[in-house]
Amino acid sequence: MADKEMRAVYAETLTELASKDDRIVVLEADLMRATGTGPFKEKYPDRAVNVGVAEANMLSIAGGMSTEGYIPFAATFGCFATRRAFDQFFLSCAYAGLNVKLVGTDPGVSAAFNGGTHMPFEDLGLVRMVPGIDIVEPSDPVSLKALVQQIAARPNSAYIRLHRKALSPLYPETATFEVGKAKVLRSGTGVTLAALGGLMVHNAVTAAELLAADGISAEVIDVLSLKPLDAETILASARKTGLVISIENHQAHNGLGSAVAELFAEAADRPARLVRMGIQDQFGEVGTEAWLLEKFGLRAEDIAAAVKKALKG
Amino acid sequence: MPGSADSATRAEREIMTAEELRILEAKAMDLRIKTIDAIGFLGVGHIGGSLSLIELLTILYYRHLKHDPADPRLESRDRLVLSKGHAGPALYSTLADRGFFPEEWLHTLNKGGTRLPSHCDRSKTPGIDMTTGSLGQGFSAACGIAKALKIKKNPAALFAIIGDGESNEGQIWEAAMFAAHNKLDNIIAFTDCNKLQIDGFTNEVLDLENLDGKWAAFGWHTQRINGHDFEALDKAILTAKAHSGQPHMIVMDTIKGKGASFCEGLATNHNMAYSYEKALEVIAEIRGGK
Ligand SMILES: Cc1ncc(C[n+]2csc(CCOP(=O)(O)OP(=O)(O)O)c2C)c(N)n1
Ligand SMILES: [Mg+2]
Repeated sequence: MADKEMRAVYAETLTELASKDDRIVVLEADLMRATGTGPFKEKYPDRAVNVGVAEANMLSIAGGMSTEGYIPFAATFGCFATRRAFDQFFLSCAYAGLNVKLVGTDPGVSAAFNGGTHMPFEDLGLVRMVPGIDIVEPSDPVSLKALVQQIAARPNSAYIRLHRKALSPLYPETATFEVGKAKVLRSGTGVTLAALGGLMVHNAVTAAELLAADGISAEVIDVLSLKPLDAETILASARKTGLVISIENHQAHNGLGSAVAELFAEAADRPARLVRMGIQDQFGEVGTEAWLLEKFGLRAEDIAAAVKKALKG
Repeated sequence: MPGSADSATRAEREIMTAEELRILEAKAMDLRIKTIDAIGFLGVGHIGGSLSLIELLTILYYRHLKHDPADPRLESRDRLVLSKGHAGPALYSTLADRGFFPEEWLHTLNKGGTRLPSHCDRSKTPGIDMTTGSLGQGFSAACGIAKALKIKKNPAALFAIIGDGESNEGQIWEAAMFAAHNKLDNIIAFTDCNKLQIDGFTNEVLDLENLDGKWAAFGWHTQRINGHDFEALDKAILTAKAHSGQPHMIVMDTIKGKGASFCEGLATNHNMAYSYEKALEVIAEIRGGK
């Protein structure tokens, strides 16, 4: 697979699923052009519902449609999907025992020119508190397609954190994925880079190459699924390398870093030292993605530097 | 109102006979008693907003709403969403009376492990179509159900009940626009306009009037009636059914706490404590026709 816009993969995957399963419906809140589900609507006009700029309404409508057996994929920017409609996702979807797939787009710094108002650094922290849901953040076009298919087949509500822009593939098209399972992208012995989401996983892979040039062997884990978290893969790697760097395009607390810290704190042994990379209790701001990655210290070279610092300390 | 009832067939507009009316009145008394009893047995609960709905629930479940207690999720049933979920106890009395679950359950209201929680819960109670309790959400969910029925080409009706205080929520009006835009004429909604919310009279907390005018302006086929009058309710429901192309709102003027002398119309009757003794006393009063 070549570099591909993630949103195009999302729309194609849903359209393909819809051809075999008439329960699949798409819900949008005046961001259909952004999410890119126009082709779905063209093919299945009856099953694409645009509610207008009304995210709370959208998620309760989704819950209602789910009571009738439909499987709604409801999308909006990640900030509004979670902050603005949290009670609706919580109650009308998850608490009600229903099957709604909430899609939050433009994670973290990828919100770029939309700036701080639109930059979700807290969406994962919010949805992690909802019992019984799945949370995934695919890292490339291949994992996105597979995980959307899997999430569609599961009976519970879910949050899909969707990077909209193009990403290069990290996996062959034959790779298989499972909700709740991470992937070891590169094995190593000196440090574990546990990264979540397209930008972070790509940067972790580059960081591992930079570190290799300096004689440091880094293992890269593509976490993919925040809930359920693949404790087995993360703990095994942690015990092997003794140092884990969690890397997320999100606050370093309440997301991946916290989930890993909880895992380590409750383990009988001390599996590894943990350094949490991510946003350090700051708001987002406007800028290019590259500028923001530098500002928040999430470039490949920042990851490599953090590893070296931790290995020294 | 455009369209209105003129297109209704004679059969649809058939007026209730005196005997049918008498049966509904007796049934309403029965459900009112059961609701006062259930909340009184626990000692506290949402008595006011439960009692203002008794006539509506009676006429729906004993005259208009297609249902099968043996198969609560029957595909051809009419759906009902009680968006003002705190009035669950009134609906539970009705569902028990119709045989959705044993009447003994009514005395388990809000006890740990009960299947009858304060607010309606579709995962716990047979006959509950949507989980509600966070005001405003149930009404959007009802619109989602109505939209789903349209996509499926299922001719069932969707009945939704909201509160006047609940109508402070912006989500109600988001849903109102959605339903009108999507021409969800399978929705027959009711506002329980009992003029009270938790902190007092609605016109003092946040004035809603002109409420029927608002619904009409939002593109709904709107009627305003006395919500304790069976003949008015019956006519309004038939009128709604006979009018297509728009969702239907029936604003019901009601009295909060209707029929229970210790709380009727009282501004503090939203979530009220009263003893079982008091409950039995007022039940005797109701039976005595006072
Ligand atoms: C979103 C939300 N906010 C607040 C409450 C607390 N609450 C429960 S009932 C109520 C007042 C509702 O008034 P109304 O809709 O008029 O109910 P009724 O008079 O029919 O009992 C409030 C504020 C709630 N359940 N949900
Ligand atoms: Mg009220």
